[in-house]
Parts: sequence; C-alpha cells; structure tokens
Amino acid sequence: MLGGEAGVGVVAQVPHLQAPTVDYGAIAPVLIVLGAACLSVLVEAFVARSARWSSQVALTLLTLGAAGAALGVHLYSFAADGRNVVTLAGTISVDGPALFLWGTLLALGLAAVLLIADRSVEPGGAFSADAAVRPGTAADRAQAEGAVRTAETVMQTEVFPLFLFSLGGMMVFLAANDLLTMFVALEVLSLPLYLMCGLARRRRLLAQEAAVKYFLLGAFSSAFFLYGVALLYGYAGSVSLARIAEASAGSNRPDMLLFCGLALLMVGLLFKGSVGPFHTWTPDVYQGAATPVTAFMAACTKVAAFGAILRVLTVAFEGTRWEWRGLLWAVAIASMVIGAVLGLTQTDVKRMIAYSSVAHAGFLLVGAIALTAQGLSGTMFYLLAYGFTTLAAFGVVTLVRNADGEATHLSQWAGLAKRSPLTAAVFAFLLFALAGIPLTSGFTGKFAVFSAALADGMAPLVVIALVASAVAAFFYLRVVVLMYFSEPAIDGPTVSVPGAFTTAAITLGVVVTLLLGVVPTFALNWAALGAFGS
Amino acid sequence: MTEVLPSVAAAEGTALYAWLLVALPAFGALVLLAGGRRTNAWGHLLGCATVLAAFGYGVVLFSQTLGFDAAQRTRELGLGTFFAVNSLQVNYGLRLDPLSLTFVLLITGVGGLIHLYAIGYMAHDPGRRRFFGYFNLFVAAMLVLVLSNNFVTLYLGWEGVGLASYLLIGWYQDRPSAATAAKKAFLMNRVGDVGLALAIFLIWRSLGTVQFSEVFPRAGEIGGPTLLAITLLLLLGACGKSGQFPLQAWLPDAMEGPTPVSALIHAATMVTAGVYLVARCSPLYNLSPNGRLAVAAVGVITLLIGSIIGCAYDDIKKVLAYSTVSQIGYMILAVGLGPAGYALGIVHLLTHGFFKAALFLGAGSVMHGMHDEIDMRRMGGLARHMPITFVIFSTGYLALIGFPFLSGYYSKDAIIEAAYAAGGAAAGLFGTIALLAAGLTAFYMTRLMLMTFFGEERWRNLRSADGHEYHPHESPPVMWVPMVPLAIGSLVAGYFLASGGRLARWLEPSVGSLVAAEAPFPPVLVPIFTVLVSAVGVLAAWLFVGRNPVPVVRPKRVSLPVAAARADLYANAINETLIARPGTWLTRALVFVDNKGVDGVVNGTAALLGGSSGRLRRLQTGFVRSYALGMLGGAIVVIAFLLAVSYS
Repeated sequence: MLGGEAGVGVVAQVPHLQAPTVDYGAIAPVLIVLGAACLSVLVEAFVARSARWSSQVALTLLTLGAAGAALGVHLYSFAADGRNVVTLAGTISVDGPALFLWGTLLALGLAAVLLIADRSVEPGGAFSADAAVRPGTAADRAQAEGAVRTAETVMQTEVFPLFLFSLGGMMVFLAANDLLTMFVALEVLSLPLYLMCGLARRRRLLAQEAAVKYFLLGAFSSAFFLYGVALLYGYAGSVSLARIAEASAGSNRPDMLLFCGLALLMVGLLFKGSVGPFHTWTPDVYQGAATPVTAFMAACTKVAAFGAILRVLTVAFEGTRWEWRGLLWAVAIASMVIGAVLGLTQTDVKRMIAYSSVAHAGFLLVGAIALTAQGLSGTMFYLLAYGFTTLAAFGVVTLVRNADGEATHLSQWAGLAKRSPLTAAVFAFLLFALAGIPLTSGFTGKFAVFSAALADGMAPLVVIALVASAVAAFFYLRVVVLMYFSEPAIDGPTVSVPGAFTTAAITLGVVVTLLLGVVPTFALNWAALGAFGS
Repeated sequence: MTEVLPSVAAAEGTALYAWLLVALPAFGALVLLAGGRRTNAWGHLLGCATVLAAFGYGVVLFSQTLGFDAAQRTRELGLGTFFAVNSLQVNYGLRLDPLSLTFVLLITGVGGLIHLYAIGYMAHDPGRRRFFGYFNLFVAAMLVLVLSNNFVTLYLGWEGVGLASYLLIGWYQDRPSAATAAKKAFLMNRVGDVGLALAIFLIWRSLGTVQFSEVFPRAGEIGGPTLLAITLLLLLGACGKSGQFPLQAWLPDAMEGPTPVSALIHAATMVTAGVYLVARCSPLYNLSPNGRLAVAAVGVITLLIGSIIGCAYDDIKKVLAYSTVSQIGYMILAVGLGPAGYALGIVHLLTHGFFKAALFLGAGSVMHGMHDEIDMRRMGGLARHMPITFVIFSTGYLALIGFPFLSGYYSKDAIIEAAYAAGGAAAGLFGTIALLAAGLTAFYMTRLMLMTFFGEERWRNLRSADGHEYHPHESPPVMWVPMVPLAIGSLVAGYFLASGGRLARWLEPSVGSLVAAEAPFPPVLVPIFTVLVSAVGVLAAWLFVGRNPVPVVRPKRVSLPVAAARADLYANAINETLIARPGTWLTRALVFVDNKGVDGVVNGTAALLGGSSGRLRRLQTGFVRSYALGMLGGAIVVIAFLLAVSYS
C-alpha cells in the first residue's frame, strides 16, 4: 500500500523511495510483545519438553513486564508534552487512548496469563496435552484425567506464543490509524484466539465445537469488515481514518458507499465486542473454551474491540454522527436488553457471565457513542474496571470443580458459602461489581459512562440502561442467594485450593475492583489524559 | 418560600472523628463476618458494643451542636475525593447537621437497644454471630445514608441498606417464603433505586454537582419541568425504601425475617429513609408545589391502604407491618406538606421509632413465649402470663392510637391539623382521610390487643405446628429490659419533642423553620375530633371482636371489603399484571428467539449434557449456519437503517 502510486514502470525512482520513519520508543511495547511471541515459538521448538513450561511462563511474564516498562518510559515523556506519535507511515497512532488501553491490555494480559499458566488447580494444566487426539477415545480420557503427570499428560505450551501473538494483535488493533492495518491486526488477534479456544483439556468436543464456531463466524465477520473497508476506500480513495473523515466532511460523493461501508465495518467491530444482536457466538464460545482462555477473551478482546470502535467513530465518522447515532442507539438498547433478559434464564455460570458481557457491551456502547472527552474516558475506565472484574470471576469459576472438571451448572453452586466461605465471598463481591453496587468498580464505571451519555443529551438511553442494569442485577443476585441461602447438594463440587498463579490473578482482579470502586480518581484522570490523534 | 440556607462550616474538634460513627459498626461487621467461628463466643457482644459506642459518640456530638447558634449547626467533614474527572467532582464527606444527628441518635439508640434484645432472641440460633455481623453492616450502611454530604454516597448507603435488609429478611433459609420475601423486597427496592439514580443523574446534569452544599443553594437554577421530574424520581426512590404506594407490598412480606429485624429495619430505621430523603431535599421540594402534592398524595393513599389492610390480618407481625406502612404514610404526607410539615414528619418518625420498636419487640416476646406462634387467633388471655410484655406492649399501643398526652397524640394530631390547614383543593380531603385512618388505626390495634392479651385462652386446647403444648411465659430480662426505655419513649417522647416546637426549632437549619399552619377552624378541634374518632375505633373493635368469641380458624365466608383487605387490596395482583407478566412474556419471547428461532434447541440444557458427546455433536452441527444467518440479518438491518436515515 506504500507503493500505491509507485507502479511497476517507475523503477528509476526506487532509490528515492524512503523508508518510513519509525518512532521505536513509542511502539516499543508492541514490538516487545510480538518479538517475544516469535521467540516463544522458538522456545516451543528447541527447549526440552521438561523445561518448556517454566521457560514459557518466565518468558511471557518477562515480556509483559518489559512491555509495561517500555510503555511507562513512553508515558513519562507523553505526560510531559502530551505529543501524539503517529508513526510507521501514519499507520499507527500512539495517543492518549492507545496508551491507556495498552496499559489496560498488558495488565489484564498479566492476570490472564497467570490463570493460563496455573497447573495446580487442574492437574497438568487446563490445556490439552495433545490437541490432536480424537475426543472420546481412550487416549483422550487418559489425558483428561491427567492425574499422573507424565510426558503425555502435561499440558502443551503452544498456548503461550498464541497468547502473545493475540495480545500483540489487540495492541495494534486499537492503535491502528488506517483500516487495512486494523484489518491485519484483527486477524492477528483473532486467529490465535480461535486456536486457543480448542485447546481445552476437558470437554474437548465442546471446546472444539466452540473453536470451529468462533472461527467460522469470525471469518464471516471479517468478511463484513473487509467489504466495509473496500466500500470506504471506494468512497474516500484512502483507507486512512483521517482521509475518510475529510472526504465525508465536504464532498458531493455518493453517500451510499460511505454508509454501506460504515455499516459493514461496524458489524465486524460489534461482532468482536460481542455486542448484541451480533453476540450469538458469545455464550457458546465462552462456555466451550477453557476457562482461562474465556477470561482472556472476555477481558482483553472487549478492550481491543471497543478501543477500535471508539477510534473509528471518533476519528473517521464524527462528522456523520447524526446519521449513525440512531442506529447505535438501537444496537446498544438491543444489547442491553438481550444481555439482561437472557441472563435471567441461564443455568450455567459461564453462559451467565457471557450474557452479562453482552449487557456490559451495551453499557460500553452507551458511553462510546457519546463522542465527548468524558464519554471516551468513561468508556475506557469502564473497560479497565470490567476487564479485571470479569477476569477474576472466571478465575473463581476454575476453582469450583467436581470429578469431571469444572462444575459450571448453577445448581452445583448451591450452598457454596457453607463449604468455602472465602471463595463464595470473593465471587459475591465480583458479582456485586458486575451488578454495579457502590464501592465497587462496577458502580464508578457505570456512573462515569452514564453521566457522559447524559451530558451528551442521551437521557432516554440512560434510563433504559439503568433499567437494564436493575434487571441484570437480579441474576447476579440469584447466584449470591444460591451460594448463601441454599443447602449444599450432597454430591456437590469441591473448591480446589488455588495455586499461587490463580491466587495472584484473582487477588489482582479483586483488589483492582475494590480500588477502582473506592478511589477511582487516579485511573479516571489517566483515562482522561488525551484524545485521539491521527 | 425562599429560605436563607445556613452557612456550612468545616468540622473541627471532636467532630473531626465523626467518621467513627460509621467506622465502628463497619469494623464490627468486618470482624464478625470475616472472623469466622473464632468469634462465635463474643461476637454478639462486640456487635452491641460498637453500636452503643457509636451512640455514645453521637450523644457527644449532639450535645456539642446544641451549644452552637442555629446558623452554625451545619458542619461538614471532608474525607477525601471519590471522583474527580472532568466536570464531575464527588467527595467523600459527612454532613453533621441537626437532621443527620437526629437520625444518628435514632439509629444508634434504638438500634443499640434492639441489638441487646437480639442477644436473647437469637440465643438459640446457630448463626447468631453472622446475624450480628449483618446487623452491624446494616447500621453502618444506614449511617452512611444519613451522614453523607452528597447524593452519590447517599446512594451508596441506600444500596447498602437494601443489601443488608435483603440478607436479614432471608435469614430463615429453610423457609421458601423467606427467600421469596427477600427477593420481592430486593426487586421492589431496585425499582425505587432506579428512580433515585435517575434523580441524581438529573441533578448532576442540571447543576454539575451532587454535593448537598452546592445543590441546595442553587436549586433555583433548575428549570421547572426538570425540577418536577427530579422531585418525582426522588419520590419513587422514597416509595421503594419506605414501602409507599405503589411499592408497599414488600414491607409486610419482609416480616419473614427474625423479629429484631422487623423492629430495627422494617419499623424504626430503614423504612424511614424515604422520609429522610424528602426532608433532606426540602430545598428542592420547596420550589416544586406539584412535587410536594405528589408526595402528600402518595402518603395519603398509603396511610389509608395500610390501615384498611391492617384490620384484616390475623398474623400479629403483619398487622404491625401494615401499621408501619400506614404510619410512614402519615410521615410522607407531613413532609409532602412542605415547610408546614417537614419537622412534623420527623417528630412522628421519632415517636414512631419508639412505639413501633416497643410493639415489635413486644410481639417478639409474645412469639418467644408461644413457640413462635404468630396467629393471633391461637392466642388470647396472655396478659396474665406475660405481665411485663403486656404493660410494655400497652404503652406502645396507647401511643400509636394517639391516646391523649402520649407520644402519638402529639405527633399524629399535628400532622392531621397541618393537612387540614395546608390550603388548596386537596387539603380537606387529605385531612379527612388522615382523620378517618386514625379511627381505623385504633380499630385494628385494639383488635390486636383484644385477640392477643384478653379473652378466652384459646391456646389451651391447641398444639403448635411442631406438636408442642403452649406454655406462655415471660421473656428473660435481656429481652424485656431493652424494651423499657422504648416504652418510656412511647409515653413521653411526643411531649418532649413537640412541646414548644422543640424539635422543630432544632431542625430549622436543616429543613427551614416550621411555618405555622392556619386551619380553617379553631385548631383545638382537631385533637378533640381525632380522639373521638379513635374512641369510635376502639369501641367498634370491642363490639366486633372483644364481645364475641374469636374463632380459632379464620372464617372463610367474609364480606367483600374484608376479602379485599385480606388480599392486600389486590396489590400483588396488580403488580403481577402490570410488571411481572409483561416481564415474563419478554423473557419468554427473547428466549424463544434466541433458542428456538436461531438455535433450534435449548442451549443451556444441551450444554448440561456436555459429557454425552455424540448427542451434543448432532445438536450443535448446523448452528453456525443459523448464527451466521442471524448476523447476516443484523447486517442487512443495519445497512437498511443507515441508508434510510441518510436518504430520508
């Protein structure tokens, strides 16, 4: 695409073609993550099997730490001059929102990788030792049991490079300044995720179904996205977000292309954010995937998708907001209603949290379509808050188990408080946060988002959102009631003693949920640090 | 109507530690709930000690404030920043003013006595420690509610109170009715909470702040329609928490909780939060006559409904519960009268706190002596067997029906008088209904007294539900001693608070001065009429209930009004039709679309059968097709919508 004008016949000009300048300092976090992902593939290939797990975990944690440090260094200079860096020939924009969401992604990724790395809750790890073994065979059963930790039953560690590639893709996705970069990043983040979904050790058929389903639907939505990009290119003659904004500002080009392109683009983005009515994959995939992967998807994919939605809407389509706003109103309402109402009838914990994530996507969209500074910071704060809460909630789900693995049916959670008061208390706290009870991050996040929407004149939407959150509160509460007020089932699940990794991840999630609920100012200020640059 | 609001000074000296008021019970709750079984032995004592310590500190603050000039009685204690982003600034902070300090004394004082009583009442409950943990949590949340200096932390306390109440209503886990009642309370409260949240958002939208000290002086800047909306939404919040029409149905069901809970939460403190909210927002209501009219109308409707239904129940706690609904209706009516009524509502709230707590604890004492029997038809003649309980209960009874010169006489009559004097077309109607309801109150309370403490000892030939004989006996001192101060309060609190407008003057810095109402007739007539109407109620109760033998089994064939009252005036049926049914339909429809229309099977159950892989595969194959179809449909709708908008 760099050679758009440079055809085959202009070889003579090649010496004058300049390589784009790259601000390595600004994009160092992405480079570190993607570089480490490649390194991680080499580790998988060359390190002895017995040492693979430990080297992969060390490498991944080190990577996240190094990327965080690089981000910190750049943030230091950014805080001083507030300069937005647009680099790599204008394809990546490292601005305030990108920095905040990168930080959020790295922090959430750290918690997610801790859950992924845990090998004590599920003997041998939550991931299949041999992903190629056929479900239902004796070999499959043997590796699912996994009690004897032999070379055949220890989990495969491909999940770590996949995780790093996906995380790198997410970071590029939300900083992409043109639609083609965004599309490539979309694929980079999605393809590893499809694979990770299918790697579960237990209930492999369900997991593989989920993976295939996610892949097919994801490919379908990518096609929508790409077709949207093509139409927008046809309209504006460029895939750069800023060019599209310019083109739509004052021209007499046919709007048909613009709006068809926008619609298709949004379908692709809304799919990734699991916003209803494009949410249909969410419950099945969340349920089928290994729970640590679900946690990663629920937290990080949402951040990436909404980061991209915010950027696209703000940078490219602010001028045409009055045309599309009504549509996104309807989508937000649909998402909130679908999530809140269908959550009521769920009997599986993971599906319930999946529908909760659909409802939360609706709340996020309410803030995202405000397109004000307050809406931007509120939505990003909400992403941070929601990510940690939902991640910790899935972390708790991994702990409640019976002989067949995780006990996710709600009836099995009855009376959990009697057997395991601490686990029940932690889960209840997280559910309260999802419901938006004060002193949790859920309340501050909702407050920030709804007040931004109200300030932008969307009072009816806020009313609907409040009613939806009141309805949704009911199904969270139902679980609390079940845990505290019901008699435990005779053959109910036991709560595993979490290993250090899982404990760390859950603790991190709970502490952040509490801190963002009690003293949110710091994070809110950070979220309000800057606007999109292009 | 414009009041000069007093200046708000920063707290200093002793008041700097006002956060202890909240921190003490919160600390108690934390220790009891997190401490586990280790704290079983002394947990209940810690629970009582924290609340009584908070009471002691409250008294110090209160007496200190009494020494200040009226203009300096409002102080704020900043505790840090909650939110500070863009234009939104919310600070943690306490507002120490006459209104909040009055509530602090009520909550910690009456709450402390009920804590003591609960030591005895819950003595045989294996979960007593946890109970006291929840109890302390409730007190802490309630104190946050009344002490906060802005709407957001008030909302925090508001939710906390609802949560603690929910945990306590569902205390008896083995009773499905308790779980249902807890759920109902939570849901109805949520309806109110949405109203409060919307009101807060609207206030912030109009003024850009949620601090009381900034909102109230600038209340005049809010436009008329917005102000009306805010006042109505605040009223919706108040209705949820205080059990007012149309959200009254949860309160009587909440009697499923242990009796100390009924006394503390559903009589003396939590349900008064709505009254507090309206009184606290008096600067807003002062500017909105229509908002006030709505408040008063809700109060009048509720007080009438409550007193009618109270006549039909045989369950001793439910009668008291509907009595609470009705008495809070009086308070809401009073605060709906505006400057002529805010202080009167608070006076009635305080006296009601005393006598209703005495009545509930008395009822708990009766149940304690009667194998947890609650059906008054199975009681009778208990006065002889429980003399102390009888005397204490009688003081509460006399105070409630407004016996001359006892507490209720001063507080309730003043409200009826103010209602008549309020002027406007509705005043005569409001006053008359309030007057008639006083007669009904006398009727149902006398009926309760006669059926419980007098007449034939019907329990002699009956067995309790678990097959025991009844041996009514007096309760231990740890239960009746805390009731004595409440009984004394029932006798004298009304005179003390109302004489010479003592409380009204004290509250002036918070709710403005009490505007003397001018009745269209000599004011002395109102007490005379009220006493006469109440006497008629008592007489009627004696004629209908006292003279005749009481059937042990509730008569089936009754007249239409009685049947209606027994059915809670069809409140549940109305709720069911208006809210629950459409909700169920919506859920069913959505589930149908999600499962049948798109998926083809019920996914949840399919997933449940996770192990049976072959079957699962058959079910799951092909779904992608329908999901994709759904997405395609969505995309087409999206495109069509955008094109329709841009080309229309």
